[in-house]
Amino acid sequence: MTDKTSKTNTTDPTDPTGSTGTTAADSPESAPAAAKPSRRSVLGWGGAGLALGAAVAGGTATALRLGEDAAPAASAGDAVPFLGEHQAGIATPVQDRLHFAAFDVTTTDRAALVKMLQEWTAAAARMTAGHEVGEGAVQDNDELPPDDTGEALGLKPSRLTLTFGVGPGLFEKDGKDRFGIRDRRPKALIDLPAFPGDNLDAARSGGDLCVQACADDPQVAVHAIRNLARIGMGKVAIRWSQLGFGKTSSTTPDAQTPRNMMGFKDGTRNIAGTETDRLGKHVWVGGKEGPDWMVGGSYLVARRIRMHIETWDRTSLAEQEDVFGRDKAEGAPVGKQREHDEPLLKAMKPDAHVRLAHPDSNNGVTILRRGYSFTDGTDGLGRLDAGLFFIAYQKDVRDGFVPLQTNLARNDALNEYIQHVGSAVFAVPPGVRDKGDWWAKALFA
Amino acid sequence: MRAFRSSAIAAVAAAAALTAVSGCAEKSDSKDSDAIKVTASDDKCEVSKTSFPAGHIKINIENAGSKVTEVYVYAAGDRIVTERENIGPKTKAEITATIKKSGDYEIACKPGMKGDGIRQKITVTGGGKAEKANPELDKAVAEYRKYAQAQADETIPAAQKFADAVKSGDVDEAKKLYAVSRIGWERTEPVAESFGDIDPKVDVREDGLEKDQKWTGWHKLEKSLWDEKKIDEDDKKLADQLMTDLKDWQKRVGTAEITPTSMANGAKELLDEVATGKVTGEEERYSHTDLVDFQANVEGAEKSYELLKPVAAKSDAALVTELDKQFAALKTLLGEYRDGDSFKAYDSVGKDDRKKLSDAVNALAEPLSKLAGAVAK
Repeated sequence: MTDKTSKTNTTDPTDPTGSTGTTAADSPESAPAAAKPSRRSVLGWGGAGLALGAAVAGGTATALRLGEDAAPAASAGDAVPFLGEHQAGIATPVQDRLHFAAFDVTTTDRAALVKMLQEWTAAAARMTAGHEVGEGAVQDNDELPPDDTGEALGLKPSRLTLTFGVGPGLFEKDGKDRFGIRDRRPKALIDLPAFPGDNLDAARSGGDLCVQACADDPQVAVHAIRNLARIGMGKVAIRWSQLGFGKTSSTTPDAQTPRNMMGFKDGTRNIAGTETDRLGKHVWVGGKEGPDWMVGGSYLVARRIRMHIETWDRTSLAEQEDVFGRDKAEGAPVGKQREHDEPLLKAMKPDAHVRLAHPDSNNGVTILRRGYSFTDGTDGLGRLDAGLFFIAYQKDVRDGFVPLQTNLARNDALNEYIQHVGSAVFAVPPGVRDKGDWWAKALFA
Repeated sequence: MRAFRSSAIAAVAAAAALTAVSGCAEKSDSKDSDAIKVTASDDKCEVSKTSFPAGHIKINIENAGSKVTEVYVYAAGDRIVTERENIGPKTKAEITATIKKSGDYEIACKPGMKGDGIRQKITVTGGGKAEKANPELDKAVAEYRKYAQAQADETIPAAQKFADAVKSGDVDEAKKLYAVSRIGWERTEPVAESFGDIDPKVDVREDGLEKDQKWTGWHKLEKSLWDEKKIDEDDKKLADQLMTDLKDWQKRVGTAEITPTSMANGAKELLDEVATGKVTGEEERYSHTDLVDFQANVEGAEKSYELLKPVAAKSDAALVTELDKQFAALKTLLGEYRDGDSFKAYDSVGKDDRKKLSDAVNALAEPLSKLAGAVAK
């Protein structure tokens, strides 16, 4: 345990802002961490199991390990490497919980925004490694409020990933080139068109920046968003946020697909984190596509999809299975035995969800799904405010979500039971490479 | 946590002063020979000794002048340790106090009972550890105390007008005078709240009442004026009670224990008040004059900040830059809601605008929470 502890502390983190020439040893960011136990070291052994997830993480995140070897992600409680060619939290095996936040940028000062992105990156690197932010939750000067809010003390890193994106409003708002980057807006970062049946709430849509926090422990995810929001105050303000309590997708091959709030497995043919070729083809922005600052990145579409679960629950099993095009028990496509059997689309009803969403019905359109179930209490009419917080990653929204949703919005039998009530799109830059790098550094270069 | 505590020393002093007034025999450990003699005249304040040990002290005062005088003992930052008013020409008086901490104090004679008085520096030795003297911070505290006192002094006539309107049964006039009567209080609320007994009498909201507590103060009258739209006999009595309680506050402001840290934390607390009470519209739920309170809270916070700024700038220049920026931004935003010499009713401020106000409050309150650390460095 001692060995592990010391490793955790010395591989620490972070200070991606340390480009000023401070070394990890004397940087103000890392010094307190060495003196204090990390969340991980407090708990010591992370627990057994889930070596599979770790292997996948190592294989697909193509982590650039810096300094000493980062502690291997050997369990559900462990840390996912923060640095890498791509941001973690996309191809990473899907964690159990989500806290997603969209921010409005409130400052007009480009330098202040850039400084905040550096601070965010430093904090994200620390938190994903299981460390407290800044000088921690209990610092020496007790006249000051602690830098870290403290609710994650004693918790494991819980495979926390923080994935950062920039929305259309960062490039241009109300016709204004706010930060001198209007001409750097990627063509793929479109304003999503209106789809039939949309009932979008502006207060739950859009955003200039986003952070997707995924972790196996909900408190770790919430802690991360809370601390980033706090660091951002005066520069950004939370526009909306969404908790997801259960994953509905898997990016781990052969794993069972988790069920959504309708009781079905959906998206069983999701791109796996190990499928490097499919990731390259459908998810990561390549050198060909550009722009340069996005190479290695991806595009995120988030949709808050309310499910009318009460009416769904009153629907016969036969109709439920027809609507999806799968059987409810196993999740097998119509006429097949196992979940992962290749579906025979023609055997399904023409408006079955699986049939309409399948790449073969959409000229090969494929997206990586990473959605979560939510229940935000009740709606005042005695119904659960529940549904799917849909998250999809793709190389180009125009070839991914847009044609897919155009087809689904028109034809999907499921539309009787769902309504899209929130929507946002973000460009997710490539991963943070080293200590001198930060989120979207190349965009502001 | 409350930023300001009312001082234990002050409480002892008040009790001692009472005893002196009532003329009861005093139990005192100090012998008369240990007593400090203060001879106050119209232009002098002579002190028999300027250094004495911490503990129980007795001061024998002789007014040798022609004017009514008063004598104060001040700790750093002009905190009143003890005081005696109304000492007539050619009369004597005695005050006692317990000074636990060693350090520099001052005795002031105030012929005519006004102004800062004629000061004599005294030193208390031994006892508890002295607080590190910092003239710059002591000055900030003294200035802030003056400000807090001025707010209380200015509140009394404004509140009296409001109380008079209530007592005359003039609902419309009382409504006009309500918000204005609260400004001084709202500017220095954390100091007022440090006297635990006053705030629940004058500024409690209906949902804040304890079991069996009678609802008194501004907000009860607010409900009568705006919600019930009438003034009954009980309200008229409450108007008098409000004045009694506010005068109590006015009298005690000088005894509040104010430190640079409590000033900084008090500023943050004022923003907390805005964040939890005003931005939500809970504070003035009937009158919807929340933005008047909002402005007063921000002004009070800014006063503390401005006084501490020279010190904070030395230890954390970036913080000061940020605070200047965020104070200005919040005041500009708030200015958009001005309506004549007051503010728009808060129920006319929509959800999106409330969020903007809330974001601006957060933007200021977050760095403001670091001010105490910067002045304590």
